[in-house]
Amino acid sequence: MYVIICGAGKVGWNLARELIGKDREVTLIESNHERYRVVEEELEHAVQYGDATEMWVLERAGIQRADLVIAVTGDDEDNILICQMSREKYGVQRIVARVNNPRNLQHFKLLGIQPAVSATDLIMRLIEHEVPEYGLVQLLALEEEHLEIIELEVGAGSEADGKRVSDVALPDGALIISVLRDGAGFVPKVDSVMSAGDQVLLILDPGLEGEITGAFAPAGSPAF
Amino acid sequence: MLILIVGCGRVGAAVAKRALEAGHEISVLDADPLSHERLDRDQTSTWEDAGGRFTVGAALEIDGLIEAGIERADVFLAATSGDNTNLVIAQIAQRRFKVPRVVVRVADPGRAGWYAEQGLHTICPTQIAIDQAEKLALEPVA
Repeated sequence: MYVIICGAGKVGWNLARELIGKDREVTLIESNHERYRVVEEELEHAVQYGDATEMWVLERAGIQRADLVIAVTGDDEDNILICQMSREKYGVQRIVARVNNPRNLQHFKLLGIQPAVSATDLIMRLIEHEVPEYGLVQLLALEEEHLEIIELEVGAGSEADGKRVSDVALPDGALIISVLRDGAGFVPKVDSVMSAGDQVLLILDPGLEGEITGAFAPAGSPAF
Repeated sequence: MLILIVGCGRVGAAVAKRALEAGHEISVLDADPLSHERLDRDQTSTWEDAGGRFTVGAALEIDGLIEAGIERADVFLAATSGDNTNLVIAQIAQRRFKVPRVVVRVADPGRAGWYAEQGLHTICPTQIAIDQAEKLALEPVA
Protein backbone atom coordinates (compact mmCIF):
# COMPACT_ATOMS: atom_id res chain seq x y z
CA MET A 1 0.00 0.00 0.00
CA TYR A 2 1.37 3.40 -1.00
CA VAL A 3 0.34 6.37 1.16
CA ILE A 4 0.88 10.07 0.48
CA ILE A 5 0.55 12.38 3.48
CA CYS A 6 0.25 16.13 2.84
CA GLY A 7 1.41 18.36 5.68
CA ALA A 8 4.25 17.45 8.05
CA GLY A 9 2.83 19.04 11.18
CA LYS A 10 2.45 17.02 14.36
CA VAL A 11 -0.32 14.90 12.85
CA GLY A 12 1.36 14.30 9.50
CA TRP A 13 4.78 13.54 10.90
CA ASN A 14 3.49 11.10 13.49
CA LEU A 15 1.21 9.39 10.98
CA ALA A 16 4.15 8.95 8.63
CA ARG A 17 6.26 7.50 11.43
CA GLU A 18 3.50 5.05 12.45
CA LEU A 19 2.82 3.92 8.91
CA ILE A 20 6.51 3.47 8.10
CA GLY A 21 6.74 1.42 11.31
CA LYS A 22 4.01 -0.81 9.89
CA ASP A 23 6.09 -1.27 6.71
CA ARG A 24 3.90 0.93 4.52
CA GLU A 25 5.45 2.89 1.73
CA VAL A 26 4.96 6.55 2.65
CA THR A 27 5.71 9.93 1.12
CA LEU A 28 5.20 13.01 3.26
CA ILE A 29 4.92 16.41 1.56
CA GLU A 30 5.75 19.64 3.39
CA SER A 31 5.68 23.18 1.96
CA ASN A 32 7.57 24.98 4.72
CA HIS A 33 11.29 24.67 4.06
CA GLU A 34 12.41 24.96 7.70
CA ARG A 35 9.96 22.29 8.76
CA TYR A 36 10.92 20.11 5.82
CA ARG A 37 14.58 20.16 6.88
CA VAL A 38 13.73 19.18 10.44
CA VAL A 39 11.53 16.27 9.35
CA GLU A 40 13.96 15.23 6.63
CA GLU A 41 16.67 14.56 9.23
CA GLU A 42 14.56 11.72 10.54
CA LEU A 43 12.52 10.51 7.58
CA GLU A 44 15.10 11.20 4.86
CA HIS A 45 13.82 10.36 1.37
CA ALA A 46 10.29 9.70 2.67
CA VAL A 47 9.67 13.44 2.90
CA GLN A 48 9.49 15.79 -0.09
CA TYR A 49 9.52 19.57 -0.17
CA GLY A 50 6.69 21.32 -2.01
CA ASP A 51 3.14 22.65 -2.04
CA ALA A 52 0.87 19.62 -2.19
CA THR A 53 -1.90 21.65 -3.81
CA GLU A 54 0.29 21.93 -6.93
CA MET A 55 -0.28 19.12 -9.37
CA TRP A 56 3.36 18.67 -10.29
CA VAL A 57 4.25 18.20 -6.63
CA LEU A 58 1.62 15.48 -6.27
CA GLU A 59 2.77 13.89 -9.51
CA ARG A 60 6.40 13.95 -8.42
CA ALA A 61 5.34 12.13 -5.27
CA GLY A 62 3.71 9.46 -7.46
CA ILE A 63 0.05 10.28 -6.90
CA GLN A 64 -0.94 8.12 -9.87
CA ARG A 65 -0.08 4.97 -7.95
CA ALA A 66 -1.17 6.11 -4.48
CA ASP A 67 -3.70 3.92 -2.69
CA LEU A 68 -4.41 6.47 0.02
CA VAL A 69 -3.97 10.24 0.29
CA ILE A 70 -4.15 11.88 3.72
CA ALA A 71 -4.50 15.69 3.73
CA VAL A 72 -3.56 17.03 7.15
CA THR A 73 -2.26 20.53 6.49
CA GLY A 74 -3.32 23.36 8.79
CA ASP A 75 -5.41 24.86 6.03
CA ASP A 76 -8.90 23.52 5.31
CA GLU A 77 -9.04 24.89 1.76
CA ASP A 78 -5.78 23.12 0.97
CA ASN A 79 -7.03 19.86 2.45
CA ILE A 80 -10.23 20.08 0.38
CA LEU A 81 -8.33 20.80 -2.83
CA ILE A 82 -5.75 18.05 -2.26
CA CYS A 83 -8.49 15.46 -1.68
CA GLN A 84 -10.65 16.66 -4.54
CA MET A 85 -7.80 16.52 -7.06
CA SER A 86 -6.48 13.22 -5.69
CA ARG A 87 -9.80 11.50 -6.15
CA GLU A 88 -11.26 13.21 -9.18
CA LYS A 89 -8.15 13.94 -11.24
CA TYR A 90 -5.85 11.11 -10.22
CA GLY A 91 -8.41 8.46 -9.31
CA VAL A 92 -7.05 7.78 -5.81
CA GLN A 93 -9.45 5.30 -4.19
CA ARG A 94 -9.17 6.37 -0.56
CA ILE A 95 -8.76 9.80 0.94
CA VAL A 96 -8.76 11.13 4.49
CA ALA A 97 -9.02 14.84 5.24
CA ARG A 98 -8.37 16.79 8.39
CA VAL A 99 -10.84 19.53 9.33
CA ASN A 100 -9.07 22.29 11.29
CA ASN A 101 -12.09 24.51 11.88
CA PRO A 102 -15.21 22.43 12.60
CA ARG A 103 -17.31 25.15 10.95
CA ASN A 104 -15.72 24.15 7.66
CA LEU A 105 -16.97 20.55 7.93
CA GLN A 106 -20.04 21.54 5.88
CA HIS A 107 -17.77 22.50 2.96
CA PHE A 108 -16.01 19.12 3.04
CA LYS A 109 -19.43 17.44 2.98
CA LEU A 110 -20.73 19.64 0.18
CA LEU A 111 -17.79 18.68 -2.01
CA GLY A 112 -17.98 15.02 -1.05
CA ILE A 113 -14.69 14.91 0.86
CA GLN A 114 -15.16 11.90 3.16
CA PRO A 115 -14.01 10.95 5.68
CA ALA A 116 -13.24 14.38 7.11
CA VAL A 117 -11.80 14.18 10.60
CA SER A 118 -12.11 17.05 13.05
CA ALA A 119 -10.08 16.81 16.25
CA THR A 120 -12.44 19.28 17.92
CA ASP A 121 -15.43 17.10 17.07
CA LEU A 122 -13.70 13.97 18.29
CA ILE A 123 -12.83 15.55 21.61
CA MET A 124 -16.35 17.01 21.92
CA ARG A 125 -17.74 13.53 21.43
CA LEU A 126 -15.48 12.17 24.14
CA ILE A 127 -16.60 14.94 26.46
CA GLU A 128 -20.22 14.11 25.70
CA HIS A 129 -19.51 10.48 26.46
CA GLU A 130 -18.11 11.43 29.86
CA VAL A 131 -20.72 14.09 30.60
CA PRO A 132 -23.70 13.13 28.52
CA GLU A 133 -26.17 15.94 28.10
CA TYR A 134 -29.71 14.53 28.11
CA GLY A 135 -28.01 11.15 28.47
CA LEU A 136 -27.50 10.90 24.71
CA VAL A 137 -24.23 9.83 23.11
CA GLN A 138 -23.74 9.45 19.40
CA LEU A 139 -21.70 6.30 18.90
CA LEU A 140 -21.54 6.01 15.13
CA ALA A 141 -22.67 8.12 12.21
CA LEU A 142 -22.97 6.35 8.88
CA GLU A 143 -23.08 9.44 6.68
CA GLU A 144 -23.51 7.70 3.35
CA GLU A 145 -26.19 5.34 4.65
CA HIS A 146 -28.02 8.12 6.54
CA LEU A 147 -28.07 6.17 9.75
CA GLU A 148 -26.66 6.69 13.18
CA ILE A 149 -26.36 4.70 16.36
CA ILE A 150 -26.88 6.44 19.66
CA GLU A 151 -26.70 5.44 23.28
CA LEU A 152 -29.28 6.62 25.81
CA GLU A 153 -29.78 5.99 29.48
CA VAL A 154 -33.25 5.04 30.68
CA GLY A 155 -34.09 7.72 33.23
CA ALA A 156 -35.84 6.94 36.51
CA GLY A 157 -39.58 7.43 36.09
CA SER A 158 -39.22 8.05 32.37
CA GLU A 159 -41.79 6.87 29.87
CA ALA A 160 -39.57 3.91 28.96
CA ASP A 161 -38.84 2.93 32.57
CA GLY A 162 -40.55 -0.39 33.28
CA LYS A 163 -41.98 -0.68 29.78
CA ARG A 164 -41.60 -3.43 27.22
CA VAL A 165 -39.56 -2.52 24.16
CA SER A 166 -42.63 -2.84 21.93
CA ASP A 167 -44.61 -0.42 24.09
CA VAL A 168 -42.23 2.52 23.87
CA ALA A 169 -43.55 5.01 21.32
CA LEU A 170 -40.73 5.62 18.84
CA PRO A 171 -40.98 7.47 15.54
CA ASP A 172 -40.65 5.57 12.25
CA GLY A 173 -36.98 5.19 11.43
CA ALA A 174 -35.85 4.40 14.98
CA LEU A 175 -35.23 0.98 16.47
CA ILE A 176 -33.87 -0.28 19.79
CA ILE A 177 -31.09 -2.72 18.95
CA SER A 178 -29.43 -3.44 22.28
CA VAL A 179 -29.81 -3.04 26.02
CA LEU A 180 -26.77 -2.81 28.29
CA ARG A 181 -27.38 -3.75 31.92
CA ASP A 182 -24.92 -4.52 34.72
CA GLY A 183 -21.99 -4.43 32.33
CA ALA A 184 -23.49 -6.88 29.83
CA GLY A 185 -25.47 -6.27 26.69
CA PHE A 186 -28.28 -8.21 25.05
CA VAL A 187 -30.43 -7.85 21.97
CA PRO A 188 -33.95 -7.26 23.30
CA LYS A 189 -37.07 -9.07 22.22
CA VAL A 190 -40.34 -7.17 21.86
CA ASP A 191 -41.33 -8.19 25.39
CA SER A 192 -38.00 -7.35 27.07
CA VAL A 193 -38.61 -4.85 29.83
CA MET A 194 -36.36 -1.81 30.26
CA SER A 195 -35.68 -0.22 33.59
CA ALA A 196 -34.00 2.86 34.97
CA GLY A 197 -30.23 2.79 34.62
CA ASP A 198 -30.20 0.61 31.49
CA GLN A 199 -28.16 1.89 28.58
CA VAL A 200 -30.08 1.48 25.36
CA LEU A 201 -28.59 1.51 21.87
CA LEU A 202 -30.80 2.76 19.05
CA ILE A 203 -30.28 2.90 15.32
CA LEU A 204 -32.09 5.79 13.65
CA ASP A 205 -32.37 8.24 10.81
CA PRO A 206 -30.28 11.32 11.62
CA GLY A 207 -32.41 14.12 13.04
CA LEU A 208 -34.80 11.93 15.04
CA GLU A 209 -32.89 12.33 18.32
CA GLY A 210 -35.17 15.11 19.52
CA GLU A 211 -38.27 12.90 19.17
CA ILE A 212 -36.65 10.05 21.04
CA THR A 213 -34.96 11.55 24.07
CA GLY A 214 -38.30 12.52 25.66
CA ALA A 215 -39.24 8.87 26.18
CA PHE A 216 -36.04 8.20 28.12
CA ALA A 217 -35.67 11.43 30.07
CA PRO A 218 -36.12 11.08 33.87
CA ALA A 219 -39.49 12.15 35.23
CA GLY A 220 -39.66 15.90 35.85
CA SER A 221 -36.77 16.81 33.57
CA PRO A 222 -37.26 19.63 31.09
CA ALA A 223 -38.28 18.74 27.56
CA PHE A 224 -35.42 18.23 25.09
CA MET B 1 -28.10 42.30 -11.56
CA LEU B 2 -26.36 41.58 -8.24
CA ILE B 3 -22.64 40.88 -8.46
CA LEU B 4 -20.93 39.51 -5.37
CA ILE B 5 -17.17 39.95 -5.27
CA VAL B 6 -15.15 38.13 -2.62
CA GLY B 7 -11.68 39.62 -2.14
CA CYS B 8 -11.20 43.39 -2.29
CA GLY B 9 -7.71 43.42 -3.72
CA ARG B 10 -6.59 45.18 -6.90
CA VAL B 11 -8.72 42.99 -9.16
CA GLY B 12 -11.77 42.74 -6.94
CA ALA B 13 -11.90 46.45 -6.13
CA ALA B 14 -11.34 47.55 -9.75
CA VAL B 15 -14.05 45.24 -11.09
CA ALA B 16 -16.40 46.37 -8.32
CA LYS B 17 -15.95 50.05 -9.17
CA ARG B 18 -16.44 49.54 -12.89
CA ALA B 19 -19.49 47.35 -12.43
CA LEU B 20 -21.07 49.90 -10.09
CA GLU B 21 -20.46 52.66 -12.64
CA ALA B 22 -22.12 50.44 -15.23
CA GLY B 23 -25.25 50.50 -13.07
CA HIS B 24 -25.13 47.08 -11.38
CA GLU B 25 -25.80 46.24 -7.76
CA ILE B 26 -22.45 45.39 -6.19
CA SER B 27 -21.59 43.67 -2.94
CA VAL B 28 -17.97 43.20 -1.85
CA LEU B 29 -16.80 40.87 0.90
CA ASP B 30 -13.33 40.88 2.45
CA ALA B 31 -11.89 39.75 5.79
CA ASP B 32 -9.83 42.92 6.09
CA PRO B 33 -11.87 46.06 6.91
CA LEU B 34 -9.00 48.23 5.63
CA SER B 35 -9.38 46.81 2.13
CA HIS B 36 -12.46 49.07 1.87
CA GLU B 37 -10.06 51.95 1.18
CA ARG B 38 -9.44 50.60 -2.29
CA LEU B 39 -13.10 51.21 -3.12
CA ASP B 40 -13.03 54.86 -2.05
CA ARG B 41 -9.69 55.81 -3.59
CA ASP B 42 -9.93 58.28 -6.50
CA GLN B 43 -13.71 58.49 -6.08
CA THR B 44 -15.75 61.65 -5.49
CA SER B 45 -18.12 59.94 -3.04
CA THR B 46 -17.69 57.02 -0.65
CA TRP B 47 -18.40 53.49 -1.84
CA GLU B 48 -21.61 53.29 0.21
CA ASP B 49 -22.85 56.72 -0.90
CA ALA B 50 -22.32 55.61 -4.49
CA GLY B 51 -24.61 52.67 -3.77
CA GLY B 52 -22.07 49.90 -3.17
CA ARG B 53 -22.15 47.37 -0.35
CA PHE B 54 -19.24 46.12 1.73
CA THR B 55 -19.24 43.26 4.21
CA VAL B 56 -16.39 42.28 6.51
CA GLY B 57 -16.09 38.52 6.73
CA ALA B 58 -13.96 35.48 6.05
CA ALA B 59 -14.54 33.92 2.64
CA LEU B 60 -15.45 30.50 4.03
CA GLU B 61 -17.94 31.75 6.62
CA ILE B 62 -21.43 31.07 5.32
CA ASP B 63 -23.05 33.74 7.52
CA GLY B 64 -20.91 36.45 5.93
CA LEU B 65 -21.61 35.22 2.40
CA ILE B 66 -25.34 35.26 3.12
CA GLU B 67 -25.13 38.73 4.66
CA ALA B 68 -23.31 39.86 1.51
CA GLY B 69 -26.22 38.55 -0.56
CA ILE B 70 -24.97 35.29 -2.08
CA GLU B 71 -28.50 33.81 -2.04
CA ARG B 72 -29.73 36.22 -4.69
CA ALA B 73 -26.46 36.92 -6.50
CA ASP B 74 -26.49 36.58 -10.29
CA VAL B 75 -22.72 36.66 -10.57
CA PHE B 76 -20.07 35.50 -8.09
CA LEU B 77 -16.43 36.50 -8.45
CA ALA B 78 -13.85 34.76 -6.28
CA ALA B 79 -10.82 37.06 -6.19
CA THR B 80 -9.08 36.55 -2.86
CA SER B 81 -5.30 36.15 -2.76
CA GLY B 82 -5.57 32.39 -2.21
CA ASP B 83 -6.10 30.01 -5.13
CA ASN B 84 -7.47 27.26 -2.95
CA THR B 85 -9.80 29.61 -1.07
CA ASN B 86 -11.11 30.88 -4.40
CA LEU B 87 -11.66 27.37 -5.75
CA VAL B 88 -13.50 26.25 -2.63
CA ILE B 89 -15.80 29.29 -2.34
CA ALA B 90 -16.51 29.20 -6.09
CA GLN B 91 -17.73 25.63 -5.72
CA ILE B 92 -19.81 26.62 -2.69
CA ALA B 93 -21.41 29.42 -4.75
CA GLN B 94 -22.06 27.04 -7.63
CA ARG B 95 -23.24 23.92 -5.82
CA ARG B 96 -24.82 25.20 -2.61
CA PHE B 97 -26.19 28.57 -3.64
CA LYS B 98 -26.72 27.83 -7.36
CA VAL B 99 -25.31 31.20 -8.44
CA PRO B 100 -25.88 31.30 -12.24
CA ARG B 101 -22.45 32.64 -13.15
CA VAL B 102 -19.36 31.87 -11.10
CA VAL B 103 -15.99 33.31 -12.03
CA VAL B 104 -12.82 32.37 -10.15
CA ARG B 105 -9.31 33.75 -10.25
CA VAL B 106 -6.60 31.10 -10.03
CA ALA B 107 -2.93 32.07 -10.22
CA ASP B 108 -1.65 28.54 -10.83
CA PRO B 109 -2.14 27.55 -14.50
CA GLY B 110 -2.29 23.85 -13.59
CA ARG B 111 -5.21 24.19 -11.21
CA ALA B 112 -6.89 26.83 -13.41
CA GLY B 113 -6.82 24.45 -16.35
CA TRP B 114 -8.12 21.41 -14.55
CA TYR B 115 -10.92 23.23 -12.70
CA ALA B 116 -11.97 24.89 -15.97
CA GLU B 117 -12.41 21.37 -17.38
CA GLN B 118 -14.62 20.61 -14.38
CA GLY B 119 -16.98 23.43 -15.34
CA LEU B 120 -15.68 26.44 -13.41
CA HIS B 121 -15.09 29.68 -15.26
CA THR B 122 -11.46 30.31 -14.30
CA ILE B 123 -9.29 33.33 -15.02
CA CYS B 124 -5.55 32.74 -14.80
CA PRO B 125 -3.47 35.96 -14.72
CA THR B 126 -0.27 33.88 -14.82
CA GLN B 127 -1.30 32.14 -18.02
CA ILE B 128 -2.24 35.50 -19.60
CA ALA B 129 1.19 36.89 -18.65
CA ILE B 130 2.93 33.79 -20.01
CA ASP B 131 1.05 34.01 -23.30
CA GLN B 132 1.76 37.73 -23.72
CA ALA B 133 5.40 37.45 -22.74
CA GLU B 134 5.86 34.54 -25.11
CA LYS B 135 4.20 36.45 -27.95
CA LEU B 136 6.35 39.56 -27.38
CA ALA B 137 9.54 37.60 -26.81
CA LEU B 138 9.15 35.59 -29.97
CA GLU B 139 8.12 38.50 -32.17
CA PRO B 140 10.77 39.21 -34.82
CA VAL B 141 12.94 42.14 -33.72
CA ALA B 142 12.78 44.91 -36.32
